[in-house]
Amino acid sequence: MKALVPELLKSLTGSVKDLLPIIGVIAFFQLLVLGRPIPNLLELLWGTLLVVVGLTLFIQGLKLGLFPIGENMAWDFAAKGSLLWLLLFAFALGFGTTIAEPALIAVAEEAAKMAAQGGMIVDVTDAREAYAKGLRYTVALSVGVAIVIGVLRILRGWPIQYLIICGYLGVVIMTVFAPKEIIGIAYDSGGVTTSTITVPLVTALGVGLASSIEGRNPMVDGFGLIAFASLTPMIFVMGYGVLL
Amino acid sequence: MTEYLVSLWSSLLATIDDVLPIIGILVGFQVLVLRRPIPNLKRVLLGFLLVLLGLAFFLEGLERALFPLGRLMAEQLTAPDFLGTSGSGTDGAEHWERYAWVYLFAFAIGFATAIAEPSLIAVAIKAHQVSAGAIHPWGLRIAVAIGVGIGITLGTHRIVTGAPLHYYIITGYVVVLTQTWFAPRAIIALAYDSGGVSTSTVTVPLVAALGLGLASNIPGRNPLLDGFGLIAFACLFPIMTVIAYAQLSELVTRRRSGLHPHP
Repeated sequence: MKALVPELLKSLTGSVKDLLPIIGVIAFFQLLVLGRPIPNLLELLWGTLLVVVGLTLFIQGLKLGLFPIGENMAWDFAAKGSLLWLLLFAFALGFGTTIAEPALIAVAEEAAKMAAQGGMIVDVTDAREAYAKGLRYTVALSVGVAIVIGVLRILRGWPIQYLIICGYLGVVIMTVFAPKEIIGIAYDSGGVTTSTITVPLVTALGVGLASSIEGRNPMVDGFGLIAFASLTPMIFVMGYGVLL
Repeated sequence: MTEYLVSLWSSLLATIDDVLPIIGILVGFQVLVLRRPIPNLKRVLLGFLLVLLGLAFFLEGLERALFPLGRLMAEQLTAPDFLGTSGSGTDGAEHWERYAWVYLFAFAIGFATAIAEPSLIAVAIKAHQVSAGAIHPWGLRIAVAIGVGIGITLGTHRIVTGAPLHYYIITGYVVVLTQTWFAPRAIIALAYDSGGVSTSTVTVPLVAALGLGLASNIPGRNPLLDGFGLIAFACLFPIMTVIAYAQLSELVTRRRSGLHPHP
């Protein structure tokens, strides 16, 4: 507990460094390019303070909590030796962390509006809500499937590039058939699904699995789960657009 | 002052809401399936508490300070008056050089938000550990940030000219696969990961505002059709820059150690 304080102070300066670029960019464009004053300076300072403190606490918590639990569970699953439970866990983690993701909820609502405009569904609230909900479940399902495929890949030691080529081909093929209103949303959905808590947890799980299995290299095999999680939603969302 | 604290409190509650399902899954599998005690349970719990608090502070701060200003700037930079397109009615494709400031902003904001992205910091820490120090956290983060910057710049150019999104993305895929062929094997998985990692809490809201702002203000563009796609660019280009970074650092090490390239 006592050792935590000096460490927090040290990482506080790190957080300031992480945020300097974004503050610099905003100040440069607002003051010099647009030539306008910064509105509500007090609010800005308070917000920046919160961001710096928040980032510091998050990084510390990551090292104390998220990383150890992810790796620890990976080792325990490897020791238990049950493939079924591990894959079930992988699916639950992917599905469960995506379904409640606020960015995804926003994108799904946006997509429903487009579908209504494009005449794919009737433009009434009920139809739009049903469409948005269906889309969210589709994306969450696709992330669950992605983590399952990714975990299988780590266990078997398949080279990642072949699976990624298949994924890219899937995206290209679906693009041909998908209604053009949905393509933009589908392509973006890959990036919005991976949240700030999911990424460290899933990364730790992958690295932990690759280290606990003999013959796997954590660097070569441990990463790559996020890559699948940002690829499958593109395919699944376009598939959703084709079916509806 | 109290208004600030009330808002911070509701932000904390919202974060707990988001994190609860994840904690539920972890606890459920740990208790029901694995049935093993967690080592250093107190430390882990403290870690989760810090993650919750940190994320709530971080999000609240972004909402208070950076997002409103960033969105406002995206609007101002893409306003017809600033671009000099008001009343002219010309297509963006003919005068894309008018958008120089927008392109510069796109690159700068892409780079800066990627540097501030907590999930990228997390992956950089892990990659540093796993590679036994061979991958420097700042090297990786800067490579990714340059990729996001390039991606968003090219994405805004696409909105300006109105070219179909999938031509760009499919070309990008071909480039990525060609690079993969020549890349050091150890970096490939990490490079593929860096795409999804870089677009998270900080990047998505700011970049989405830029895209929608541009698509609504450029004559001939439909915000619903053309406003999307920036995130896809921001996901794709870091893969290229991270592979390039790995190849570059491999070259430097080889030069230093005085060895010849492999036969």
